[in-house]
Parts: sequence; structure tokens; C-alpha cells
Amino acid sequence: MGTLHTINKSPFERNSFATCLAHASAGDVILMIEDGVVGARKGSSFAPALAAKLASCAIYALGPDLAARGMKPEDVLEGVKLVDYAGFVDLTTEKARVCAWL
Amino acid sequence: MSDENRKKFLYINRKAPYGTIYALESLEVVLIGAAFEQDVSLAFIDDGVYQLMANQDTAAVGMKNFSKTYRALGDYEVRKLYVEKESLAERGLTAENLMPIVYEDEDDDYAEKPSLIFVDRAEMAALIRSQDVILSF
Repeated sequence: MGTLHTINKSPFERNSFATCLAHASAGDVILMIEDGVVGARKGSSFAPALAAKLASCAIYALGPDLAARGMKPEDVLEGVKLVDYAGFVDLTTEKARVCAWL
Repeated sequence: MSDENRKKFLYINRKAPYGTIYALESLEVVLIGAAFEQDVSLAFIDDGVYQLMANQDTAAVGMKNFSKTYRALGDYEVRKLYVEKESLAERGLTAENLMPIVYEDEDDDYAEKPSLIFVDRAEMAALIRSQDVILSF
């Protein structure tokens, strides 16, 4: 079952991204929402850490929040999947618990 | 309350006190939750460890010093306060910088026992995945 971790702050503003990655267990899911989607961008200084985490966790970004910030699907790091709001709900119900990193 | 209605609640605290309302709000929610006889744990990660600092003195900033409330949590059956060792070390802090927080064990002649449990990051991750409900502040 595992845990759904959400990150809603930019990694450039707070350490929520780093702390989430440090506490997510193998098999967990990480979903970037709101300003958190900034951390999903290909070529950002946080991309290597995110790419490394893809080996043990499924990682998603919320499409509407990317679009609102002028980012296209191809701007997102390879391996990071996009979900819409319905997909967000599905992830919530699939996992045993939700842990929000604010 | 029957065991089947008893869930494991973890309150994650990652903000220093006084700069924002998060720490105080978390404490209030913990106290409300304690009334429902759940299995409550608190986690202190990142700047959240500052909530447990000894010698907090808010007189000059004109704010209520709520640090004493942490020491009263034992009376509300809140006796598991997990502090992340790496978060302390990153901030130049040690366990000696924190308030002593104890509870009285009614099953052991009311002996005072420590509520603070120091864990590393991997143990904190394991604590997270053992919970039913997680509330973040």
C-alpha cells in the first residue's frame, strides 16, 4: 500500500522537497502540487535528486499546476508522470495514508 | 474506546515556534485529538526541533510562551515525541538543548519516564509508514 507524499512548496523556497525525498520509503508515491511542481522541471538543480528517487518511488506532478505556471509536459523531468485532479484522488485512495510536506 | 476504533495518529512538526502559527496550531490540534483516545505520536523534523528548545523566553517579543504545554502532554496520554537526530545535528543542536519532557507511568508506580525519543532519519521514515493518519504542520 505505502504512503502518498505531497509536496506543495518550491524546493527553491523551502526544504519540503528535500525532507520529503529523505523520508519517502521504497514503494511510496510522491506527488508535486501547487508551487511544488517547480521541483519537477527538467534541468533544475533539483532534478538529479528527483531522478535518483525515481529508482524507488513513483513520482507525479499535477498537470493543472504545471500549466498554470507556464510549463508543458515536455518540460518535466523524464520519468515523472502527470496526473489531473481525478488522478490525484485515485492516488489518495490507492495508498494507505497521505503525508503532506508543507 | 475499543481497539478497532483506535488509530495511529502522527503529527509532523517542521516549523520553529513564534515565526508562524503552525507550532501553536499543531499543539492545539494534538490536545483536541488526545480527547478521542487515539494512539498519538508527535514527530519533530527540520526546524520543528526548535519547538522543544529549553529556556524559551517570549517576554520581549510580546507573545505567549507555549513551550510549557509540551511538558503537560503526558497528562493527556501523549507520550511519544519523536525527535530526528539529523535535524538537531544540522542545526548545531544536541539533546541537551531541549526541554526535559517526561510522563508518569501509572503501570510503574507513577515513575517519571522520558517522552522524548531520539530517532534517525530511517527510523522516522519507518514511523511514518506505520501510521493510519498523518497531520502535517
